[in-house]
Amino acid sequence: MENRILMQGNHAVGEGGLQGGCQAYFGYPITPQNELTQYMAKRMVEERKVFIQAESELAAINMVFGASLVGARAMTTSSSPGISLKQEGISYMVGCELPGVIVNIQRGGPGLGNIAGAQGDYFQATRGGGHGDYYLIVLAPDSVQEMYDLTREAFDLADKYRNPVIVLADGILGQMLEPVKIVKKNPMSNFSAKKDWILDGCKGRKPRMVRSLLMGEGVLEEHNLKLGKKYERMRKSEVRVETDNLEDAEVALVGYGISARICKEAMEIARQKGIKVGLVRPITLWPFPEKVIAENVDRLKAFLVIEMSLGQMVEDVRLATNGKCPVYFYGRTGGGIPEVDVIVERIEKILK
Amino acid sequence: MREEIIMAGFGGQGIMFAGTLLAHAAMEEGLNVTYFPSYGAEMRGGTANCTVIISDENIGSPVVTNPSALLAMNESSLEKFSSKVKKDGLIIVNSSLLKKEIKINDVEILKIPATELAEKLGDNKVANMVILGAYINRSKVVSLERTMDSLKKVLGEGRKNLLKLNREALKKGEENR
Amino acid sequence: MKKIFSRPESLTAKRNIYCSGCGHGIVHRLIAEVIDELGIREKTIGVAPVGCAVFAYDYWNFDVTEAAHGRPPAVATGIKRVLPDRVVFTYQGDGDLAAIGTAETVHAANRGENITIIFVNNGVYGMTGGQMAPTTLIAQKTTTTPLGRDPKIAGYPIKISEALGQLEGSVYIERVTVNSPKNTIKAKRAIKKAFQNQIQNKGFSLVEVLSMCPIAWGVNPVEALKWIEQKMIPVFPLGVIKDKDLTAKGNL
Repeated sequence: MENRILMQGNHAVGEGGLQGGCQAYFGYPITPQNELTQYMAKRMVEERKVFIQAESELAAINMVFGASLVGARAMTTSSSPGISLKQEGISYMVGCELPGVIVNIQRGGPGLGNIAGAQGDYFQATRGGGHGDYYLIVLAPDSVQEMYDLTREAFDLADKYRNPVIVLADGILGQMLEPVKIVKKNPMSNFSAKKDWILDGCKGRKPRMVRSLLMGEGVLEEHNLKLGKKYERMRKSEVRVETDNLEDAEVALVGYGISARICKEAMEIARQKGIKVGLVRPITLWPFPEKVIAENVDRLKAFLVIEMSLGQMVEDVRLATNGKCPVYFYGRTGGGIPEVDVIVERIEKILK
Repeated sequence: MREEIIMAGFGGQGIMFAGTLLAHAAMEEGLNVTYFPSYGAEMRGGTANCTVIISDENIGSPVVTNPSALLAMNESSLEKFSSKVKKDGLIIVNSSLLKKEIKINDVEILKIPATELAEKLGDNKVANMVILGAYINRSKVVSLERTMDSLKKVLGEGRKNLLKLNREALKKGEENR
Repeated sequence: MKKIFSRPESLTAKRNIYCSGCGHGIVHRLIAEVIDELGIREKTIGVAPVGCAVFAYDYWNFDVTEAAHGRPPAVATGIKRVLPDRVVFTYQGDGDLAAIGTAETVHAANRGENITIIFVNNGVYGMTGGQMAPTTLIAQKTTTTPLGRDPKIAGYPIKISEALGQLEGSVYIERVTVNSPKNTIKAKRAIKKAFQNQIQNKGFSLVEVLSMCPIAWGVNPVEALKWIEQKMIPVFPLGVIKDKDLTAKGNL
């Protein structure tokens, strides 16, 4: 195995950000992502880039807003309660068409909840999250390798669309160590965003403004329709999904992030028992890979959605099946982890 | 092949270090591996544990409820996790810190006086390496040589001075199964 | 014929929406004059607030961004840390700076961010309809203190500039007003110093400007000038609150 290093998920996000060209990082302590802010405190300074421990998550996201509007690739990271605070700034960034990367190492909620890994912020992430009428690309890694890769790629996606990108992971992925292959080249490095909209002083050009307040009659609607076209382009071009064993499957498991790993294990055990099980793992939670679900509704007897929540992504699976295939759900909440044995039992019960 | 190891003890016994070392050695063997620590408020009570899963197939959750092996560095860790070890699993316990007699059905129990052996080497802090050495010998999931190499990498330049003692302790554990 | 008075280059020709007798237009102009005089128009980035001055980017002829309510110091921090050679200032009202944005203000000052803050204090929320501000005077009637501000219920007018002066990170803090030509000249001098400090990398500078809001105060524009003299200045005294240049010389 060439060039593998043992790395913590939180560190992999930080290093991925650096390799993605992050020029400014703003954070605030919260478990279970503290190692990430600590990592950036060291690495950003080593690379002579901007690091600030902000006074709050609110301040941190607004520092990202400031760094982004002058053209820097900027990032902030937090965990669920802190991400709630960042929603104000995220909404403004979308309104002002500012790129940026926000990483959520999810923990149990609601409220202060606990510090275990959880997947309770799916709705928040995939429905915009803050006030207003908007969407963001949401990337869901399922390994430390993908924590690294997807964070790195998030910066290109953010610049490509001038829209913030969310990396939605969880405390388990953040805390665990796994071998990582460090690939420095950006997969989209051919894409170079010409930032002809930034504020850097009006030398030799007309002054520019960055704003989301559009009070003239019909102006905001026009702006939002323009943003809407952007979301359409994202839906068309940015869907990412991993599928496995769908060809002969009777039941397809659907899971993302750490739940998807558990699904893979359950699928292998079920297959050993002769049960034909397949897998759909959304890598982008928004845009959601509805096509691959819709294409399989006639062939499959059922979908079984596995989440670490009371059931959030299951709604997107139901929408995609459009009533043409039964959708079952098994989830654990508040930091509980779905069990492989239970998944296999549920599959057997569905097929009985 | 799939090994699920929970290593547990109190803070300062080098639980996390030993777990990371095992994970590193498994990676160097070309295997799939995950390491998952107890963290945050859970650690403030002075206990620490971590889970290492080593497999030649894909690993699902890095968290397990029923490990195939328990490396217990003290009595409270043994009490907390021993009933969860799988049937025909393995428990290696630091008998230096064990007052009670233990009897658990359907599990192989290995008692290693790790703290005493470590003290004889000069520092009771390397009891973790003694226990890990014993586990490596018993499980053969990674080789001692590979672990010795990994030790150098995990310690890094900053803690190079600890390499010799840790290696001796690993070897001592490996012999004292 | 020699032209002796014209619109500063840093102001646009756009007609502003401020009410008659409002102080914002004066303060906007003072900033524009200072920026022209310092020759920094092409390297200045302004941060506009939420409040009556939310459209400030329409009136200034240089790069200006919006910020969420209370967040200009955080946005300015992000800008200045990435582009330390640009001149970055925020323009904030009392609600923005001393209520919803208190944390951002205090911590930008405490980090000693090398930025300039122009803080316009008129004691009310103008844009939303004359509600109580953190700086509303005791017994002052607003739409949310219809019987007058009662400190037992609503606390006291906050002297945020004095509080910021206590922080190690702040370099220069002065309170001025624009209720007379004489005071306006002094205000301009303070604003200029606050920008010069930044250019000279001295650190966090803030100028608090007591400003008229005749509409919300329920007085006419001329009475508003006297209101500042008679009611506001006794609570918010004018003058230098902190100046590290002077303390270094033992003059303050």
